[in-house]
Amino acid sequence: MTAKRSVTVTVNGETRTGEAEPRMLLSDFLRDTLGLTGTHVGCEHGICGACTVHVDGEAARSCLMLAVQADGAEIETVEGLADGETLHRLQQLFSKHRALQCGFCTPGMLMTALDLVRHRPNLTEAEIRSGMAAVLCRCTGYEGIVHAVAEYASGGER
Amino acid sequence: MTAASPAGYIGRSVPRREDRRLLLGQGSYVADLVLPGMVHAAFARSQLAHARIVSVDFARALAEPGAVFALGGAELAREMPPIGGMQVTAPKGWAERVDHRITLPPQNLMASDRVRYVGEAFAVVCADSRYAAEDAVEAIDAGFEPLPAVVDPEAASAPDAAVIHPDLGTNAVAELHVEKGDVAAAMASAPHRIRRRIRHHRYAAMPLECRGVAAEYDRRTDSLTVWSSTQVVHWVRKELAFALGMAEEKIRVLAPDVGGGFGGKGHVYPEDLIIPWLARRIGRPVRWVEDRHEHILNAAHSRDNIHDAEIGFDDTGRILAFRDDFIVDSGAYSPVGAGVAYNTTAHLLGPYHIENFAGGTVVAITNKTPNAPYRGAGRPEAVQVTERLMDIVADTLGMEPADVRLRNMIGPERMPYDVGLPYRDGVPMTYDSGDYPASLRRAIDEIGGIEAFRERQEKARAEGRWLGLGLGCYTEGTGVGPFEGATVKVDASGKIVVSTGACPIGQGHETVFAQVTADAWNVPIEDVVVLLADTSTLTMGYGSIASRSTVTSSMAIGDASDKVKAKVLAVAAHLLEASEADLELRDGRVAVKGVPDMAVSLREIAAAAAPGWLSRRPEGSEAGLEATSYYEPPTVTWAYASNAAIVEIEPDTGRVRIERYVEVHDAGRLVNPGLADGQVKGGLVQGLGGALYESIEYDEAGQLLTGSFADYLLPTAAETPPIEVVHMETPTPLNPLGVKGLGEGGAIAPPVVIANAVTDALKPFGVEFNTLPIRWQDVRAAFDS
Ligand code: FES
Ligand code: FES
Repeated sequence: MTAKRSVTVTVNGETRTGEAEPRMLLSDFLRDTLGLTGTHVGCEHGICGACTVHVDGEAARSCLMLAVQADGAEIETVEGLADGETLHRLQQLFSKHRALQCGFCTPGMLMTALDLVRHRPNLTEAEIRSGMAAVLCRCTGYEGIVHAVAEYASGGER
Repeated sequence: MTAASPAGYIGRSVPRREDRRLLLGQGSYVADLVLPGMVHAAFARSQLAHARIVSVDFARALAEPGAVFALGGAELAREMPPIGGMQVTAPKGWAERVDHRITLPPQNLMASDRVRYVGEAFAVVCADSRYAAEDAVEAIDAGFEPLPAVVDPEAASAPDAAVIHPDLGTNAVAELHVEKGDVAAAMASAPHRIRRRIRHHRYAAMPLECRGVAAEYDRRTDSLTVWSSTQVVHWVRKELAFALGMAEEKIRVLAPDVGGGFGGKGHVYPEDLIIPWLARRIGRPVRWVEDRHEHILNAAHSRDNIHDAEIGFDDTGRILAFRDDFIVDSGAYSPVGAGVAYNTTAHLLGPYHIENFAGGTVVAITNKTPNAPYRGAGRPEAVQVTERLMDIVADTLGMEPADVRLRNMIGPERMPYDVGLPYRDGVPMTYDSGDYPASLRRAIDEIGGIEAFRERQEKARAEGRWLGLGLGCYTEGTGVGPFEGATVKVDASGKIVVSTGACPIGQGHETVFAQVTADAWNVPIEDVVVLLADTSTLTMGYGSIASRSTVTSSMAIGDASDKVKAKVLAVAAHLLEASEADLELRDGRVAVKGVPDMAVSLREIAAAAAPGWLSRRPEGSEAGLEATSYYEPPTVTWAYASNAAIVEIEPDTGRVRIERYVEVHDAGRLVNPGLADGQVKGGLVQGLGGALYESIEYDEAGQLLTGSFADYLLPTAAETPPIEVVHMETPTPLNPLGVKGLGEGGAIAPPVVIANAVTDALKPFGVEFNTLPIRWQDVRAAFDS
């Protein structure tokens, strides 16, 4: 154990400060220190993508970053997507296309899909499948996820 | 009146109640729970496959900053007995009909004198944070004396093998044999006989959420609250009550949101008992959350069979005799007994009429992670054997594989069909309903027909492209007993409150049981409250395993509803001064038929039925609107499916590209077709993972070689082909809703369907794919053979 440091991040538009050992993962900092448990941890070794958040506008696996590395960063998590009581359009489409069952992969899927659509205009289904391959889902077989992302991408909302 | 009747929810793809909280990131999984004063547990796990524990010293561990408590397996064994086991006792009808010898090894909660697999816990530490707990585990000084590792299940059952549980005297802990007809004679006189060795490898449920348990002990009331990522809260409570010597009612077990299970969370694990024990012992809440490496090491693995099968047939492809002897690699313990092994035997005959059959099983203990049910639970192994053989018979006779299947299939005119073997519930197996040949024909049609494919295949071969067609058919016993419970009440608000023993892991139970209840009561679905996976809401429950909840919970809800509705009508008749026969339940009110204005609401009826001075119930009737039912299914109801796939092989890489995959699936009437479709498709993709990517591997020292997601490969969206599912809906006569179970079905067939397709594609090279998974290396090698 080493001395804790103070880490300040802007999460979903709000400035938050917490203490973290230098070895603390960003995923643990978000979940345990800041109480934002919407971001899930499925492997802690960078494969499953469940922990995906946006750091300074780019998708990142929060289990592969240390909290201290995120000091000063702007972070978006699943908790920031809805507008009050109104679900984000992608969230609505996930429900419509039955893109979730247990919901454990869902936060990572949503954050990954938003990043994918923002960076790649006119996505084909093959591109969606390879882009969404960044996150594992054990429940759905991916069909609903691919359809939800396709409809979202075609809706012009970028 | 045109006002929409609220009834008729069954059969509609009603949107899920679960979605909103999960989409918002407001789901609550065990790892999200924060309890005041909570400490974190971490386990020390064996790095050797087989060893005697010489010493465990916690001095350095307890000196780590934040360390609170440490305990070894030997000390724990003095405090708590081994887990009892649920499916170990064989039902009477089964025991009488199946020759069996079963002596299962007890599993101490943590290893006390010997470790028997890499990953077995031998000590636990609690500390102020997860990081500190893991530091303390690293600081445990433990000494081991290695013993020879028994890794190969055939060698394990040999008489000279090192015995892993010395008290049992053998590693072959169970032997089963069942037979019908006269296999020896029919085999001897069959015009053709073939024998094959067929292997189904080891893989696992691998839910995206690992396991986790949190517990809080309240000294004032001497009671425990336990949150477990489990599919069986009532079973956890039962074992806890026994292990801790507490009354069941002093223990509340809940499963909060659970991130998938697929059978892998379908039995009681040692941690389910150890964490609550720690909470009581330390006097602080304790949480343990498994990490992925730990999950792959320690959560149950599955499948892992070696089959030696023989089949006798005539020139027309009629199967005359079928014999299969197989060995199950059980790993170091056998948490749910021989049930899965027998389930394999019971599913070997599939949708075919075969008069002479014998199935023999050996369950072998090895130095590996314990083997327990995973989606399919013994069926994928059986179906691999039978469906590979069907193709081999066809190949031997120069027939189409589809024709051999149709030649032997049980037609709808023979329903109900007596299979001639007992099911694992002890009842004679009887296929209750369905049209197996129609489902196969439909699958073939959907994929474009056999003839058209053969033409394409031939043309492609001429161009050096390798296409293959694979089929796979199965039957699946679903909705197994022994029972499920439900409590139904009309509370003071007039809402219908339902609780049942089902434990959702993503299927959409809250939605499905709301549909079932809303139809039973003829109320808007919003008026139904569904409570699940909480022992405090139901006295006895069983849980969500074995494709059973839609069948068994729905029936229990229906039975309990009938009892409460009878009371509701009696009270309403009293209030309305009408005859019960003239009343109807509709839109949350009871009205006189044809006189909608003469009505009382459920809320008014609940008030009238309540005990007390203001009660207005009929003389002599009991207060309250509440009833509990325990549904005990007569036996299983049989779902079935036919699959067809077209693959193309890339000769340079050995990659198997799936061009089309169709399953025609019949689970009787579907309560929520959209959710049913999702269950089947999700299962199919797991089956494709098992066919091509997923494999748990050990070296000869019993070291796990696939301990991360970089080694254990789950299918991603990129590899997963579009999948087509056609639902036939033949209602079962065994329950009034006509529903069959469907949680597991999808996962059963893909391994053999892909094996058949790849074998078909590479037929010119004369290679059979009888071993799973199908690795690109083996496919590639076929071209060199
Ligand atoms: S938890 Fe970060 S990638 Fe799996
Ligand atoms: S919905 Fe369960 S892992 Fe994707």
